[in-house]
Amino acid sequence: MARISLPALAAASFALITTALALVFFVAPTDADQGFSQRIFYFHVSIAFTAYACFIGGAWKALLHLWKREPRADLESYVAVHQGVIFGCLVLLTGSIWAKISWGHWWLWSENQLVLFLVLFLFYCAYFMLRYSLDDGPQRANMCAVYALFGVILIPVSFLAIRLATRFIHPVVFTRHGPNFHGWILVTYCVSQVALLTLAYTLYRVELAGKRLDLRLRELKRAYA
Amino acid sequence: MTTAEKYVTAAYCVVFGLVLLYVVIIALKLRRLEREVDALTARPEPAQEDEREPVQVG
Repeated sequence: MARISLPALAAASFALITTALALVFFVAPTDADQGFSQRIFYFHVSIAFTAYACFIGGAWKALLHLWKREPRADLESYVAVHQGVIFGCLVLLTGSIWAKISWGHWWLWSENQLVLFLVLFLFYCAYFMLRYSLDDGPQRANMCAVYALFGVILIPVSFLAIRLATRFIHPVVFTRHGPNFHGWILVTYCVSQVALLTLAYTLYRVELAGKRLDLRLRELKRAYA
Repeated sequence: MTTAEKYVTAAYCVVFGLVLLYVVIIALKLRRLEREVDALTARPEPAQEDEREPVQVG
């Protein structure tokens, strides 16, 4: 996948997002229970899984840094965690908007699944505090890698909290028997999921290119100093 | 437009608004970095100090 050029990835993201939006608003049927507001879920759930994927990707790169000492792994882990935080922010925002329509509240502190996702999000926000409080070098890379690996433990906790909660007010999209929907709803969800994963990968590659250019610039400045 | 439709529109606008903002910030940063790299690479190579002792030739 690393061989796909950035313009091709950007074009694929644009085409997939457009298709997903067309399916969400013009093809997918209106949910009998939740009505029109259910249409938020196609992107809300997809963004949540994309955020989890970014955090897992960041942890994987962190593991590669600690295990095989891959020189690029630290920067890749950082960029993946940054993408995860951006998508995590979008999960919280779209979830709050849905909660306002369905529950009449922007946020409910009594709901463990919401609070657990917030904890996961804040945990990864603190990753940047750690990273920018240390001087650049192997020590910073090692500490950030360990932190990113610890955070990945929170992902199954956050994911399972929705299923283990005693008060089921947060809808459960995936059960042990598979997805809780079918037909055009399933097709729309799958297209949205692929679209958001492609978008996240494109943004990851763009940001990584920027970070590498920044590193090159610093090296050049040092050489000319 | 019903209340639900307004909220759903707001949710999608928030998603694409934030993604667009992120893309604009990254694009501006990339452009600035490329300009700086080009300006630096266009400059002549820094002179290497010759550590050899000068000797008389001929």
